[in-house]
Amino acid sequence: MIGVLALQGNFFSHIQILNKLGYDSKLVKSSKDLDDIDGLIIPGGESTTMTKLIAREDRFVKSIKSFSKKHPILGTCAGLILMSKNSFDDKVINFGIIDIESERNAYGRQVHSFDTRLDLDYNSKKTSFMASFIRAPKISKVGKNVQVICNHDGIPVAVKQGMHFATTFHPELQNEALIHQLCFGDG
Amino acid sequence: MNKDTFKVKVGLAEMLKGGVIMDVTNVEQAKIAEEAGAVSVMALERIPADIRADGGVSRMSNPQMIKDIQAAVSIPVMAKCRIGHFAEAQVLEALEVDFIDESEVLTPADEHAHVHKHPFKAPFVCGARNLGEALRRINEGAALIRTKGEAGSGNIVEAVRHMKMIVSEIQQLKNCNKKELENKSKEMRVPLDLIKSVSENGKLPVPNFAAGGIATPADTSLMMQLGAESVFVGSGIFKSDDPKERAYAIVEAVTHFDNAKEILNASYKLKDAMKGLEISEIPEDQLLQKRGD
Repeated sequence: MIGVLALQGNFFSHIQILNKLGYDSKLVKSSKDLDDIDGLIIPGGESTTMTKLIAREDRFVKSIKSFSKKHPILGTCAGLILMSKNSFDDKVINFGIIDIESERNAYGRQVHSFDTRLDLDYNSKKTSFMASFIRAPKISKVGKNVQVICNHDGIPVAVKQGMHFATTFHPELQNEALIHQLCFGDG
Repeated sequence: MNKDTFKVKVGLAEMLKGGVIMDVTNVEQAKIAEEAGAVSVMALERIPADIRADGGVSRMSNPQMIKDIQAAVSIPVMAKCRIGHFAEAQVLEALEVDFIDESEVLTPADEHAHVHKHPFKAPFVCGARNLGEALRRINEGAALIRTKGEAGSGNIVEAVRHMKMIVSEIQQLKNCNKKELENKSKEMRVPLDLIKSVSENGKLPVPNFAAGGIATPADTSLMMQLGAESVFVGSGIFKSDDPKERAYAIVEAVTHFDNAKEILNASYKLKDAMKGLEISEIPEDQLLQKRGD
């Protein structure tokens, strides 16, 4: 069973992708919801809002960090920001689950948001798919144990470290299940 | 790269789900809203309750005020244009406002037509009282629908009416046969394809939020349980005795709308909500929801 952090954002789009892949899913609103799941998605939305709602519960941050030691986590957009080591903004919490630095809204405001086709280069898999960048962040620094699996205009937009994945874009808005499959499937 | 697709506009609306969009009139309020966990702020010179009290013509806000708010917060900033005033919308787009609210709260500029929203890069949100109105706005290019409610009233009754109407009309469409769908298409003045997609999917093709009269965490929970995917709070926060605490309580209430204990906890700490108006005491010609159809 895969959980989707459901504090704010488009968590239902991720549930639809999980349904499509045949996974059981549930909404995660507090640390106790992490107990019976095997993987977690941190969706897009506003990272400042999610930070505020995570901070309501004392042990939520600690629980997510310890969950990440045993189970895969996929973060999209705001989820990538939260999973980063640092996004240089004191309004936003960073779990440090993936060794990257990120910058919020780095492409600018909504009029600069866009859809584009991306090439995936991961192990033996080479394929392309559509992705939406919505007020997207940029990955500004990649640690040495982090694998870049997608670039756009020479900038990393999807990364993997250990069992965890994070993207600056939204595959789920295109009904694209590829990244979810890589993260929670057999690879 | 395709920047103009409708999908990209709806994409931002999707990201605002499960959140609160708060009306703010200056930088200080915008910071309070962001700090409280708002997903977005609506920058406007006067909140609806004051627009109602002041009378006169209400127009797009001063761009400098909007720009100052954009500089002060990191969350999306929305602003309102008058119904049908496509030049105000063009100005707001040039200012790179994240969402344009073509709003009945301002004095309408065109009594016959709304802004043709498809050519814009900036997404639009529009108010609706029923399914026909919602679909006409979506057909014009709106990427997000909100109930009209009765803005600035502090009274939830109209938002409830509009949300229930939209939800029940969608239910009806699901049970219609081909002939009936064709009739609905004529009656609602929208293309049959749009009617068919709503009938098949059982929901609007864009997110559906609540607005107009929300003042408390319980109001928030009520609208979410009736089918809203997020809430706009206008006068309800900065017309209350405790904006900071109320703003945060309403953010909590959206996330935990289906948990009465959480709504209870969010409600304890609050002082008095805004006073509010009995709808029947508002003169018919001053009802904001009657503007635009």
